[in-house]
Amino acid sequence: MREITFLEAIREAMSQEMRTNPDVFIMGEDIGLYGGAFGVTNGMLEEFGPERVRSTPISEAAISGAAVGAALTGMRPILEIQFSDFITIAMDNIVNQAAKIRYMFGGKAQVPLVIRTPSGSGAGFAAQHSQSLEAWMVHVPGLKVVQPSTPYDAKGLLKAAIDDNNPVIFYEHKLLYRYKGNVPEEPYSIPLGVADVKREGRDVTIVATAIMVHRALEAAELLEREDGIRVEVIDPRTLVPLDEETIIRSVKKTGRLVVVHEAVKRGGIGGEIASIVAESEAFDYLDAPIVRLGGRPVPIPYNPELEKRAVPQVEDIVQAVRQLLNRA
Amino acid sequence: MIEKLRKYGVDAEKLVEIFRQCWLIRNFEETVEELFQKGKIYGTMHLCVGQELTAAGACSLLKPEDKIISTHRGHGHCIAKGGDINLMMAELLGRVTGYCKGKGGSMHIADMDKGNLGANGIVAAGIPIAVGAALTSKMKELGYVVLCFFGDGATNEGAFHEGLNLASIWKLPVVFFCENNLYAMSGPIKEMINIDQISKRAAAYGIPGVTIDGNDVYQVIPATAEAIERARRGEGPTLIEAVTYRWKGHSRSDARKYRTREEEMEWKTNKDPIARLKGELLKHGILTEAQADEIQSETKRAVEEAVAFAENSPFPSPDSLEQDVYA
Repeated sequence: MREITFLEAIREAMSQEMRTNPDVFIMGEDIGLYGGAFGVTNGMLEEFGPERVRSTPISEAAISGAAVGAALTGMRPILEIQFSDFITIAMDNIVNQAAKIRYMFGGKAQVPLVIRTPSGSGAGFAAQHSQSLEAWMVHVPGLKVVQPSTPYDAKGLLKAAIDDNNPVIFYEHKLLYRYKGNVPEEPYSIPLGVADVKREGRDVTIVATAIMVHRALEAAELLEREDGIRVEVIDPRTLVPLDEETIIRSVKKTGRLVVVHEAVKRGGIGGEIASIVAESEAFDYLDAPIVRLGGRPVPIPYNPELEKRAVPQVEDIVQAVRQLLNRA
Repeated sequence: MIEKLRKYGVDAEKLVEIFRQCWLIRNFEETVEELFQKGKIYGTMHLCVGQELTAAGACSLLKPEDKIISTHRGHGHCIAKGGDINLMMAELLGRVTGYCKGKGGSMHIADMDKGNLGANGIVAAGIPIAVGAALTSKMKELGYVVLCFFGDGATNEGAFHEGLNLASIWKLPVVFFCENNLYAMSGPIKEMINIDQISKRAAAYGIPGVTIDGNDVYQVIPATAEAIERARRGEGPTLIEAVTYRWKGHSRSDARKYRTREEEMEWKTNKDPIARLKGELLKHGILTEAQADEIQSETKRAVEEAVAFAENSPFPSPDSLEQDVYA
């Protein structure tokens, strides 16, 4: 199978949908000739024209609302929010409008909208361009939240998101954009709400999201090599809906759980996952307390060394697992 | 004067229909207030008594496929766009037969089949949504126009400014219809903006802006009709500022300390849109006094029937709580 980048996989998913469904279009800031801040839409203007690859003014409140209005009346818009931090300026349309319209209107309307947005730190963009705010979205009934970690998952999940009749927030970690992987050329869909076991193991379960999936896999490799610890790595891939069953099944097998995400630990999705396990039958199988690794409670700093310290790194995961197995 | 409306497709028959709609709205609102006072309506409501003509007049110019976006003060808009008052009243009484199965209430009534894309509890939030609905019309070449209602308070929200700009640069078929009832909750608009007319803000977005007397059918019809036609021709949006007045408070608990009783009396006695329209209809021999009275009582009876329908409707079942969160 051919290899393409995470970014190319996203572009391919959008382009394939736009070739087959005239209701699908994309809008956002600088997505035309410029190709988007990260180049995700490069070349799409040339193929689809300015009507369907719609460059907008810097007006997050208007473009997010217009996306809701277009979705409400029969289009299937993809909105690119240039950095996920800017979701703050589109918040009313996501939280009070898109998420609630179906319920408020008694099930007589739907908002098939995808908001794609780059998130995460590690690129030197500092406090207002590096956050991981996905837990906010998880908290709002009516939204679905997707957070892929590989090019293969990104393409299949984006197709599923575009085909979904609900508002979906699709997070793209900026450090993953250049990451390569095997991706089939033909369109395919990965159902929302199905986790992927990225590595099988029986000593400890790590549930990790986005870039942390890769750090967990690297840690797992090292732990097996140096300590003989066999780590199971689970990527939920979608936070809403969340595949609780796969996580619970794994913890019952390993008896140990580490949850790792980049978002600030306090109020993060890790607390939710830990609670789900604690409330489940897997609780009786736990041989040790659940461990959560997440971002420090600070804004993302600019200096590269401080920036690294703000979020979990491979060595943090290795250390956490060793401590959990009393091998530190 | 009345002949001048004919070129906008508004003849004697249509004027009577507008008059009837105004009465239906007023009777609906007066009844809602009574029911609220009797404790039969829960939560809150925002009544549009005194500003019926903006809704009835503007919506009378729309085709069935055209769309509207409404506000928290949205009962009049829903009725004027052909809404079913039985379903509205059932919604206000929290019944499963209501527009939103009892889950939306006063601020979230929508009628997708009739082109009412919904009331909205967030001030100005409907403006960008209207822009998006107009974008659909343009992209799918559906030919419909979106009439977007909002109040004076909304014009100080960012969504208003961003939305007007976006609709203007994309030349979208939308009419921005500001019902300036002089007060944003308690905030007098003259203290909240530093210009004398909201419509002047249109200049900033390169679109026409006009201020009209929203209680005068001779001003509401031409201004709205021209804006709709401009939108339909693909020339883009217009901002209409229709000056009007809400007779009641902002919502259920409003002591109206921010305005005088004299001011209210002036609007009720000399600027009542229904009385003014009735005067014109009588003067031109379109209706007799008796016919006008019959319209008033016939619409009152229709509202009473709506109350009966609502009161005889079941409440939603407890297990409907988690239904319709996702499609």
